[in-house]
Amino acid sequence: MYNSVVRALRGLGQKVTARIWRLGFASRFFLAIVLHSGTSVRRLSLTIREIYFTGVLSLIIILVSGLFVGMVLGLQGYDTLARYGSTEALGVLVSLSLVRELGPVVAALLFASRAGSAITAEIGMMKATEQLSAMEMMAVDPIARVVAPRFWGGVISMPLLAALFSAMGIFGGYLVGVQLIGVDEGSFWSQMQASVDFREDILNGVIKSFVFGIIVSWVAVFEGYDAEPTAEGVSGATTRTVVTSSLAILAADFILTAFMFTGT
Amino acid sequence: MAFTPLFAVCYRLMPPLILLESPAVNLAGVPGVNMSQEYLVEIRDLNFTYDSRPVLTGINMTIPRGKIVAVMGISGCGKTTTLRLIGGQLKPTSGEVRVGGQVVHELDADGLYDLRRRMGMLFQFGALFTDMSVYDNIAFQMREHTDLPEALIHDLVLIKLHAVGLRGAQKLMPAELSGGMARRVALARAIALDPMLMMYDEPFAGLDPISLSIIGELIRKLNDALGASSIVVTHDVQESLKIVDYVYFVSEGKIVAEGTAEEMKNSTVPYVHQFVWGEADGPVPFQYPSRPYGEQLMESAVRRV
Repeated sequence: MYNSVVRALRGLGQKVTARIWRLGFASRFFLAIVLHSGTSVRRLSLTIREIYFTGVLSLIIILVSGLFVGMVLGLQGYDTLARYGSTEALGVLVSLSLVRELGPVVAALLFASRAGSAITAEIGMMKATEQLSAMEMMAVDPIARVVAPRFWGGVISMPLLAALFSAMGIFGGYLVGVQLIGVDEGSFWSQMQASVDFREDILNGVIKSFVFGIIVSWVAVFEGYDAEPTAEGVSGATTRTVVTSSLAILAADFILTAFMFTGT
Repeated sequence: MAFTPLFAVCYRLMPPLILLESPAVNLAGVPGVNMSQEYLVEIRDLNFTYDSRPVLTGINMTIPRGKIVAVMGISGCGKTTTLRLIGGQLKPTSGEVRVGGQVVHELDADGLYDLRRRMGMLFQFGALFTDMSVYDNIAFQMREHTDLPEALIHDLVLIKLHAVGLRGAQKLMPAELSGGMARRVALARAIALDPMLMMYDEPFAGLDPISLSIIGELIRKLNDALGASSIVVTHDVQESLKIVDYVYFVSEGKIVAEGTAEEMKNSTVPYVHQFVWGEADGPVPFQYPSRPYGEQLMESAVRRV
């Protein structure tokens, strides 16, 4: 009995220590990325290539998802607003929901699944097939040459994708609300224009998506770089990227929202 | 960046075949590298432990200039670790590795990268960059470390590819290459900047007999043409003994025998004899260590009763 308790405590202690150690390693890794980011700026083509792979190639899923989310918001929003006789405020509801919350969060979750997992798998496979070791032996720093451009590519892509998600969502809300249900088009657009504040709503949404971009890209490159160099290790790292970054996005969203939107 | 101008002019004037026909003048006078010493690599009293498990114990080894030295032993005996210690990817627990007179583990990051620019390494399965064509793989180091114009890089890449017989494969992607071709491309990439030291990690693993013989021949010819020194980590006895000048046998992290290829073939050291002649049982036992067989059988019989 005594021995099993000691064993359990020891196991728990080891797990906690390992997590803290890993968090420390991830923080040092983040610092190394920032310090080795010169190459990503000097050789902009490397970063642009990653913006293409993480951003442009994620466009389909982002745009289609944005359209459907906006259409659902249009339907649900109309149903709710009709009870209070204020259906002309549908444009405000759709746009504020998307710009403040759903745009950055859902786009970030999709980005983590589509691009984050791909970044992890790519870096993990490069490690497993000794490509990163080969690069080191050629006196080329893999953090500067491989990791940093992917990180910055993700950070730059994320706010752009979130903006496109929101724009597409508003279009979806317009299709359902105005074209399908028959809400007055003038009210839809004019109320939206009058109620959405650039600094309070749009800028805060952009800041959120920028923070989410850092989180997803950091988790993705770290998990790839730290992956066990085996097929199983890379698969585990890819799963961890999606799970960890999704949870981190939602937690960070709560914290950012608490600071940004004070209800005034 | 340092050796751009001379490098560029020399290669512009060279016919493509020269790489395999005459010894190259390489890298004498490069800062920090002492070319006057007899040995390019010297390993003294090297110990390396991983997670408190000893991997290498008391290793002493020298790699003379212009020679090919093989490090042989069964899988997991510490051969690849030795290469990683020479390349500075690992730090020794004690002892030292000197390359060109410089103690590798005492170098700072810049010093280590300077040294690595003068080393080439062929990885076990090539480690080609899978998102780049054969051409771009070989041009990679030239683009990263020199300011050569693209036209010159083109000529240099063709020279390297010609040397390994794959000039026609420049546009292929790594996924389109056979194992032997991938190894040859990796070899061309490793010699991209004319290294003073070439390291080969299991260059013969998984190759068909023709590719095996081609790679063996290339290792010898390139070493002589570049005026380099080479370390070949391998367990392929027959092929490697044909091309190497000296052999170290490693077992359980220790050097158990050394000598010329001929001496090793005739060695009476039990481990070397078993290894060279591929005997199933000997100092390296056929059975993985376990309890006595009879005892285990009895135990399961008693349990059944």
